[in-house]
Amino acid sequence: MSNENPSDLRYTETHEWLRDNGDGTYTVGITDHAQGLLGDVVYVELPELETVLNAEENCGVIESVKAASDMFSPIEGEVTEVNEELDSEPELINTAPFGEGWIFAIKPANIEDVEALMDADQYEAFYQENS
Amino acid sequence: MSEQNNSQHTPLYEKHVEADGKMVDFAGWEMPINYGSQVTEHKQVREDAGMFDVSHMVVLDFKGSDVKAFLQKLLANDVAKLKDQGKALYSGMLNHEGGVIDDLIVYYLADDFYRMVVNAATRENDLKWIHSQLQSQTEGYDLQLVERDDLAMIAVQGPNAREKVIKLLKDDDAEKVGALKPFFGIELDELFIARTGYTGEDGFEIIVPNDKAADLWDELLAEGVKPIGLGARDTLRLEAGMNLYGTDMDEGISPLAAGMGWTIAWEPTDRDFIGRKAIEKEKAEGSAMKLVGLVLEDKGVLRGHQKVITEHGEGEITSGTFSPSLGVSIALARIPSAAKDSCHVEIRSKQLKARIVRPPFVRNGKALV
Repeated sequence: MSNENPSDLRYTETHEWLRDNGDGTYTVGITDHAQGLLGDVVYVELPELETVLNAEENCGVIESVKAASDMFSPIEGEVTEVNEELDSEPELINTAPFGEGWIFAIKPANIEDVEALMDADQYEAFYQENS
Repeated sequence: MSEQNNSQHTPLYEKHVEADGKMVDFAGWEMPINYGSQVTEHKQVREDAGMFDVSHMVVLDFKGSDVKAFLQKLLANDVAKLKDQGKALYSGMLNHEGGVIDDLIVYYLADDFYRMVVNAATRENDLKWIHSQLQSQTEGYDLQLVERDDLAMIAVQGPNAREKVIKLLKDDDAEKVGALKPFFGIELDELFIARTGYTGEDGFEIIVPNDKAADLWDELLAEGVKPIGLGARDTLRLEAGMNLYGTDMDEGISPLAAGMGWTIAWEPTDRDFIGRKAIEKEKAEGSAMKLVGLVLEDKGVLRGHQKVITEHGEGEITSGTFSPSLGVSIALARIPSAAKDSCHVEIRSKQLKARIVRPPFVRNGKALV
C-alpha cells in the first residue's frame, strides 16, 4: 500500500508537516490524517508574523465542529508568512491539507532541526502504531 | 481503531458501514457520527432531505384502561390535551424534587393505547422509574407496558423529506400520510409515521419493524435522501433550539431552568403530577436560573461548560457548537434569570462577547437571530 503522505515533506508526532520552499523558509501545515481526526474546520487562529517560536511551542488554534486543537511549531524559528485564505476558507485544511490548506511559513533557527523530523515512512508507521 | 466489546448494533449498522460512516459509541450503541463531512450533511437537511438512524431510541407501548390516568400522574405535560387520534405531546418526566428524568414524546393512539418514545441514554433509568411508579399502584390495575425492541426508527427531515417518503407509499397510505398535520402520527400496516422531528425542518419519523428497516433505508436512498450522522444531528437540533437530555438538563435541573416551562400543564390545578409541588414552589419564588440562547460575536466556538459572565452573576454553556446555517457559533446556556441583552464567555482565558437571544436560531432554513 502506498504512503499517502507526500515523500518530500518532514513530519512531527503532533501531525504537522514541513515543506522546503528552497529560499530558507519552510511551509507548515497539518496532515490529512490530522484533518480527518479533527472533522470540519470552522476557524483558524494563525500565529502572528515575525513571532519567534520555540520547538513544540503552541502557535495557534484550529477549531473544528468537534473541538479546539492546539497547533505546535515543529521547530524553532521565525514566522515569515501566514495563510490568510484560511480566514474566509478554513475548510481548505480539510480539502487540501498538503496544498492550499497550508497554515504558515517559518525560517528555522537551525537547519538540523528539520532533518531530525520524521520522513513520510516513519510518520506513517508512527500514527498507525499509535491510533 | 479499538473494538467496542459491548456496543450494540441497530438493524442499519451494515448500511452505515456501506455508506462510509465513521462509527462511534453513543449510549452503548455503535452509531455513525458522520459519513464524511458533518457540515455537508447539516446543509443537506436544511436544503433537501436527509435521514437519521434513530433505532437506538426506545419505543414503549402503554395499553389498558388505566393508562391515561397513569400518564397524567407520570408526566408534567397533560395527555388529556390529546383529543384527536394520533396527536403527540412533548413532555418532561420529573422526579419528586422536580428534576428532569427525561424528555420524551407521547402519542395518543386510542383511549387504551399510548405510545411513548424516550432517549437511548436514559433507557434503564426511565424504565426503572416507570416500573417503580407502576408497582405502587393497587391491584387490578389495567395497564401493560411493552418495550418495543422489535422496532427500528428512521427520521427523514428537510424541506423535501415528506414528498420523498410519500412517494414510497401505496395510494391510500400516501393520502393518509400526506394529510398528517404537524405533531400527529398514524399507524399503517407495518409502519408508524409521525410528522415530528429533531431538526427544526418538516419531515417524518418512521417506526418500522427491525427486519424491514434496511429495505426502507435503501428505498429512501433511491429517492435521493442522504444518510446523516449524529454530528449533524447535534448542530441541527441546536440551531432549532431543542434541548439534548444529559447536556441541557438532567435529574438535578428543574424544567423551569431548562427552557421547558412551556411543556408544563399547570391546569387543571387538581392534576397532581409527580414533581408538581417542587416546581410550583420554584415558580412562585421565581427561578434563579434560566436557559437562553447565545450568539458569539467574536471569532471562536462556544462549547459546553464554558463560563458565562453576566452583570447579574455567572452561568455556564450547556451545549455549544458552530452553526453551519448561520456561519457563527451558537449555544444554549444556563444563566442568572435577570441577565439580558449580552454577556461574555470565557474561552481559553479570553473573554469573548456574546448576544443573549431566545431560541430557535433557525427555522425552515431561515435565520431568526
